Amino acid sequence: MNSKEKRYLFDNPRNVKVLIYSLYVVCAVLVGLDFVIHRHSEYAVEAWYGFYGVYGFVACVFLVLAAKEMRKIVKREETYYDDK
Amino acid sequence: MTSSLAPFLIFYVGAGLAAITRGRLRQVLLLAVPLVGGLNLFYLGRGDLVTFGLFDYDLILLRVDKLSFLFSIVFHIAAFLGILFALHVKDTTQHVSGILYAGSSIGALFAGDLITLFIFWEMTAITSVFLILARKSATSQATGMRYLIIQVMSGVILLAGVLVRYQQTGSVEFTFIGLDGPGGALILLAFGIKAAFPLLHSWLVDAYPEATPTGTIFLSAFTTKLAVYALARGFPGTEILIYIGATMTAFPIFYAVIENDLRKVLSYSLINQVGFMVTGIGIGTTLALNGAVSHAFAHIIYKALLFMSMGAVMFRTGKINGTDLGGLYKSMPLTSIFCIIGAASISAFPLFSGFVAKSMVLAAAVEEGHPIVWMVLLFASAGVFHHSGIKIPFFAFFAHDSGIRCKEAPFNMLAAMFVAAFLCIAIGIYPAPLYALLPAAVNFDPYTAGHVLAQAQLLFFSALAFTYLKLSGLYPPEMVGINVDAEWSYRRLLPSAVRAFIATFGPIDHAVRHLAMRGTQRVIVWIFRHHGPEGVLAATMPSGAMVLGVVSVLAVFLVLYFVS
Repeated sequence: MNSKEKRYLFDNPRNVKVLIYSLYVVCAVLVGLDFVIHRHSEYAVEAWYGFYGVYGFVACVFLVLAAKEMRKIVKREETYYDDK
Repeated sequence: MTSSLAPFLIFYVGAGLAAITRGRLRQVLLLAVPLVGGLNLFYLGRGDLVTFGLFDYDLILLRVDKLSFLFSIVFHIAAFLGILFALHVKDTTQHVSGILYAGSSIGALFAGDLITLFIFWEMTAITSVFLILARKSATSQATGMRYLIIQVMSGVILLAGVLVRYQQTGSVEFTFIGLDGPGGALILLAFGIKAAFPLLHSWLVDAYPEATPTGTIFLSAFTTKLAVYALARGFPGTEILIYIGATMTAFPIFYAVIENDLRKVLSYSLINQVGFMVTGIGIGTTLALNGAVSHAFAHIIYKALLFMSMGAVMFRTGKINGTDLGGLYKSMPLTSIFCIIGAASISAFPLFSGFVAKSMVLAAAVEEGHPIVWMVLLFASAGVFHHSGIKIPFFAFFAHDSGIRCKEAPFNMLAAMFVAAFLCIAIGIYPAPLYALLPAAVNFDPYTAGHVLAQAQLLFFSALAFTYLKLSGLYPPEMVGINVDAEWSYRRLLPSAVRAFIATFGPIDHAVRHLAMRGTQRVIVWIFRHHGPEGVLAATMPSGAMVLGVVSVLAVFLVLYFVS
């Protein structure tokens, strides 16, 4: 990088670390709040502590890994439809 | 004082004036169109305001009720945003077609009968295609034609359905249609094409990323949401829509994760969002319908905002693929912030517009006892945050620094994004005015501590999953390439089937025709032999021969006369 160029917010790895650690903290606090706030729940699973957190995490990991596998089937060259 | 001026007329006249003006005057005029339209809406009366008879049909050009009124407000907002965002563009075609398209969509909203709906339905197709063709690349020409064919086909199916239904019921009024007869099924299919039902959706992900940076803002707002409106009026409580909608929320997000073209990612997420609305319409309770239409309202604005942020990136950098972008927060900080606000809204973060709208559909799914559907919707909610909420801003504005240094978006683009972002937050913080507009009275409070907590957990842990996958290197890297989808059936399968058909039956066809030609040739030769110049039957007879004939006939008469 050009040394004269301004250093931006996330050019400093420390700031990235701060961001990631704040995310960890927020997640921990949100699960912690489950013990304090009563969530109205219709289904039994919903009432589990941290249900939404676990569901969100698992859903996203599944989504990404499944999509990664899907890529093996559906991915083509950018010119796929061009060559007749 | 009430007005009964059809709102689409303002847009059509505005388009005409925009076509003949230039420069600053046109810019003022363009911006005035949705504002005057909005003023007219304010004074617009209720009920059937403009009706006329055509042949045997009673047509209702302007029917205003709560549902059409709500959609018309957000269509006016979308038109304003789209026009403001495109104000710097010097292309007359784009301005005129943008306004005509908005006007046609608004005309369709107020159609009280299905014939009028059909006319505006086709108008939206014809007027919008220019927003794709205006890219003026070979790809966009081909894409535009595919788009037009599919859109017009939707209209033709609609008309067929309307006529069949007219035979059954004797009415063309646009009220509840349902799936009782073949007419209803055809109409649902027509709506389904425009709403991008699964397997009927590829026109959308094909066309929207190919439109001009400014044209996509218009496209993203009107066509699919017009279909949502039509479904909400014609097919509320139609059970199959629940499952169609749930499928729509789930399958596009897989594509969105691996897609490189960021506007295509947004197109897939558009289908995901419309899926929530379709599910709500399928459930059909008051809460679900309120959820569906308020989601449509909020969605149009934040989707426009997201497409605007990507349009601004494209306008400044000329690039839109995740592989080419990154680190743009350094050059375009305001656009980055607006994009993040749009991302937070579509992800339904508390205090943003998606939160106060979408949760009604989920609540309705729980209430009506659809646990599986609820699980799918929840999965899709996490997924939409993942690809629209994180992926879009992350790969465009952060991620690895692409080294691109450009100017911030032009003022009119920033202004349009600001207005949209403001509305996203305003609706999120203070949903009461939106709730007041909904078709039925709202008895729903999104801001209960439990609900906020649940949603926050879902979203933050999704972000955690992204961070984990990214740090562990499991996250699939952005790759150059395309992912085949349902469009493969008509862009690859059908052409190759046709080629195979020709290769197989071509020779047979050739042989059969050759045989037929030879047969014909023989017949001609045979006829020529007898009737040709040299032929016996073609010889001319002398006039004496005729006299002989006449005399013979007379002689026969004479003989017969004597005999009898």
